[in-house]
Amino acid sequence: MSAQPVIDVQQLNVWFGKHHVLHDVDFRVMPGEIRVIMGGSGSGKSTLLRHLLGLLRPRSGMVSILGTNIAKASTAETLRLRRQMGVSFQGGALFTSMTVGENVALPLREHTTLDENTMRIMSRIKLEVVNLGGFQDLMPSQLSGGMVKRAALARAIVMDPKLLFFDEPSAGLDPVVSAELDELILQLRDAMRMSIVVVTHELESAFKIADTITVLDRGVVLLTGSVAEVRASSNERIQDLLNRRPRKIEVDTDEYLRRLTEVDAD
Amino acid sequence: MAFEAIIKPINRLGRGSVAAIAEIGYAGAILFESLYFAAVGWRRGQPVRFSAVFEQMRQVGIDAIPIVLLLSFTVGLMLGIQFMSALGEFGAQSQVVVAVAKSVTREFAALITGILIAGRSGSAFAARIGSMNVSQEVDALAVIGIDPVRYLAAPSLVAMLVMLPTLTVLSNVMAILGAALYCSPLLDISPLVYVIQTLNALELRDVFEGLSKSVVFALIITLVGVSTGFGVSGGAEGVGRATTRAVVLSITMLVVSDMVFSFFLNR
Repeated sequence: MSAQPVIDVQQLNVWFGKHHVLHDVDFRVMPGEIRVIMGGSGSGKSTLLRHLLGLLRPRSGMVSILGTNIAKASTAETLRLRRQMGVSFQGGALFTSMTVGENVALPLREHTTLDENTMRIMSRIKLEVVNLGGFQDLMPSQLSGGMVKRAALARAIVMDPKLLFFDEPSAGLDPVVSAELDELILQLRDAMRMSIVVVTHELESAFKIADTITVLDRGVVLLTGSVAEVRASSNERIQDLLNRRPRKIEVDTDEYLRRLTEVDAD
Repeated sequence: MAFEAIIKPINRLGRGSVAAIAEIGYAGAILFESLYFAAVGWRRGQPVRFSAVFEQMRQVGIDAIPIVLLLSFTVGLMLGIQFMSALGEFGAQSQVVVAVAKSVTREFAALITGILIAGRSGSAFAARIGSMNVSQEVDALAVIGIDPVRYLAAPSLVAMLVMLPTLTVLSNVMAILGAALYCSPLLDISPLVYVIQTLNALELRDVFEGLSKSVVFALIITLVGVSTGFGVSGGAEGVGRATTRAVVLSITMLVVSDMVFSFFLNR
């Protein structure tokens, strides 16, 4: 059981038009692991996440979540899979027409036959878990940035998922709030035995929460390893990322001239 | 160079056609999926909730009643005025009742209601789904395991298919009342007699022509609004563009399809 990875991605290649966004990506997450996907903007980490969530279907390569091949899954299988996954989006993606409590209760309402009272209690328990007890009647627009992320987290864990995805937990938050969120992620793993995938470009938070880190750069997996391994890596690009050095951009003269002079396709 | 001048427009035409066909296909898929979820969704764990349908019915239908009544009454009155003066030139004022009755039930009630609802609800569909798309709420629905088409499109479609014909019936009544109020004194009859004459002049097929049009209008408005909303990209500006496009496109399609309908039904 424990030998089965919860996420298994093999040889994933993604093209957006002419741009090769992901090159032969292999990515494996074991149960109970906190994996951080790290990389600068444009590294392909969001694209990888969208494939892991099943929002994009792989054209080439294989994406398997909890033992189910996303590309071959039937509608019913996909639905079963999604009940076991929780996702907290970068901007929270709370439904603005519903209160915080209704947002958190929505997965229960759609997927279970629990009565109103039980759903209310369960969603309030999850709000307590993320330290938002008593805020269930507010609208999302009345919450601060950190509270939106925590409410989104409460909604993501309300079905007690086996697998939790967290997109940029610390983006746009002050250091204290983002440290609190990191603490929360660690607690969730210990309390609920979830496997957690966090996408971030914040080094500090990544080193604090990660069991293992996958470093993506321009669509290539540079390294997957423990925090110590990443820190000790001799790879120049990883060191650039760790030390906040601007990358050295090598100019290929022919390629440069071709880009300047080529005629647009449309 | 001359070669390129010929190729370029053809190229553009080709791309435009492909995009248009893709869009029609997309709208067709939304229609099919919505009907599928409405029919058997509850067996697949994707029920179209009555509460959501009723909420949409309230928004697209009940809330629109006052403005539909007002506009229909005004249009009826206007038709009364025009027909009185136009037919009066031939001394055929008594035919006003028939002219108003047929033109309202076959044409104006459905068209006025359709255009009004396209402006009111078609834009609302596009704006709501578009802004949800931009803020990743549509993605959030999908990963929660709620099919976005089932949750966002199907209730609107069902609500529109019920409410637009209903509003059209109301519009029929109000427009004829409007005409009755203006014309009956000039024709020396009471408004009640005017209405009775109208009922005698009308055939069932006149009313059905209008109602069948309104069903088609409901499909057009919903599918254009919803598919435009799902296609939004580019933030707040994208939402604004989508809203405008949804209204302009659905009204255009509405008027054209109305003309096609009238042509085939009145041959």
